[in-house]
Amino acid sequence: MTTEIMQTISTYIATQILKQPKRMLLPDDPLISNGLIDSFCLVDLSLFIEKTFNVYIDNTELNRETFDTLTQLTNLIQSRM
Amino acid sequence: MSTVTQKLLQLYEMAPQSTAVRLLCSQEPERVISYSRLIHGSAGYATALQNAGIKPGEVVILILQHGENLLYAFFGSILHGSIPAIMPFLTEKLSPEQYKRSLSALFEITTPAAVVTYPKFLSEVQQTIKPGRSVRVVLVSNQISPQSEINASHFESRINRSPEDIVLLQHSSGTTGLQKGVALSHTAILNQLEAYSRALNLDSSDVVVSWLPLYHDMGLIAGFLLPILSNIPLVLLSPFDWVRAPHMLLHAVTNYKGTLSWLPNFAYNFCAQKIRPRDLEGVDLSTWRAVSNCSEPMYWKSHQMFLDRFTPYGLRSSALTTCYAMAENVFAVSQGGITEPVRVDKISHRGLLVDRIATPVKTGEEMINMLSAGRPIDNTHVRILNQHHSEVGDRQLGEIAISSDCMLTGYYNRPDLSSKAFHQGWYLTGDLGYIAQGEIYVTGRKKDLIIVGGKNIYPQDLENLASEVNGVHPGRVVAFGVPNEATGTEDVVIIAEVDITDFEDSPDLDRISDEIRMRVTRGSDIALRLVKLVKRGWLIKTSSGKIARSSNRERYLTELKVG
Repeated sequence: MTTEIMQTISTYIATQILKQPKRMLLPDDPLISNGLIDSFCLVDLSLFIEKTFNVYIDNTELNRETFDTLTQLTNLIQSRM
Repeated sequence: MSTVTQKLLQLYEMAPQSTAVRLLCSQEPERVISYSRLIHGSAGYATALQNAGIKPGEVVILILQHGENLLYAFFGSILHGSIPAIMPFLTEKLSPEQYKRSLSALFEITTPAAVVTYPKFLSEVQQTIKPGRSVRVVLVSNQISPQSEINASHFESRINRSPEDIVLLQHSSGTTGLQKGVALSHTAILNQLEAYSRALNLDSSDVVVSWLPLYHDMGLIAGFLLPILSNIPLVLLSPFDWVRAPHMLLHAVTNYKGTLSWLPNFAYNFCAQKIRPRDLEGVDLSTWRAVSNCSEPMYWKSHQMFLDRFTPYGLRSSALTTCYAMAENVFAVSQGGITEPVRVDKISHRGLLVDRIATPVKTGEEMINMLSAGRPIDNTHVRILNQHHSEVGDRQLGEIAISSDCMLTGYYNRPDLSSKAFHQGWYLTGDLGYIAQGEIYVTGRKKDLIIVGGKNIYPQDLENLASEVNGVHPGRVVAFGVPNEATGTEDVVIIAEVDITDFEDSPDLDRISDEIRMRVTRGSDIALRLVKLVKRGWLIKTSSGKIARSSNRERYLTELKVG
């Protein structure tokens, strides 16, 4: 389950946000602090997560304090499922 | 009323308890700031600057988070007679090293006497100040408290500013932008506010709602000084909150019966596409009478998108207005949509591109819907000039030139740039456009400036950042913007020549493009996505050997663009 969630988000970020479909993201790659995801994309990401995993996530919830890596984001999603 | 300072103190005397600003920041409780509270808070900063030996006329750089202290430090500096310049602060996305380099570039040209910052950022600022530099004092916001005793005449006798003195500096971003501070006088600001108020039919029933940053002209003038100096209530949100939760703007309009707002074009798309239905519960936008699209190219489609999404929430189509503005004219040059709907000029695509004339479209021709930026405000004159700086006729494309009684005094400490910016008293905007039936249409830019989300980005800054990446052939990089209708703003593209012979299989290519993205994203105000690496010799150069941005942009659009 964890792997599936991570894979789904990773594909979304690579194709939709980074526009580099071939790009591989590692579970512990810093995403926000490295500038890969900027604040405008955080809104897209929270909309995508809500729709895909059917969990409730407010826009303001996604930020540097709540996650910076795929692992942390996956944990956050699982805690809501 | 001859200075901003006098205007402010007059409001304090006439309407001390009237609400100047209602500050909504998710980090802090809602604050209602009356003119009395504003002046007392600001006086604390004015006194601190005076005690620190800062003299009137010296520049004070403000690096503060969006909030109450920023307001007080800004007006405190004005009350003191020094010249405030608001800088963006370091966000989590930016690299501290690059930020410090930009600050150094700013300090070099602007030669500020003082910096005001917040406790967490103090050490970063101190590291940037080299011995022998102009900065004598760094004030920290948490050590300054409001002043309880105030004597307005005390301010006036102490500062004694003349209307022609510079009251503030405005900068755009990046190393280049920071070295080009637009210096504005008291007279220029007050003349702009008067003329723009008339263009907006501003009256005491208005309420301005803004989420715009104060280091940008649209935020500082339209979304801050205009309401505050006109005794019109301002509801001020944080740009950082808005970008995470754009619905907060709509709730603020609902709750405080907002009538006026300003948005860059991308914000129309962003709000229309990215707000959940559940976040719109209770929203009522029927009080909005003018939402002005300003500070980047305006798309007719963005207005339609916004209207479609928010008509069910009371948005009136007449509320969609337009504005053409620039810091060099303090703010507005023209305003459309206040007394009649914004005109949409349906012109021939071919006519614009090939003949350089905006001809009304004929049946069967490819069409462009141009949104009018309205008529010039009444203190500003606009002309369209050809390449020889002669005025051209209606509907002919040329460079937009302006003349007014609210022009910049000059680029601060840059007499070289200041004289080049004018031709026979007319400021050459670098924007291309035409006039039809007295209204201005902006079609593009003559200079290579990129505008992303309303922010001016200088391509050379991005090119310099990319050039530092190992493997990129130094100086063989080009950056430009291409319009993206879905987001309502420009995408930035970087093309770099690399020193790799085995181009197909090199493992270095991914590393290089990743590093370019990272460096540019962390070193500038944009998030870079589109990077193309090419072989040596791909980029088109001018006869003098410089990289030709516009030719390479054309080549990219025809050969490399995907999707």
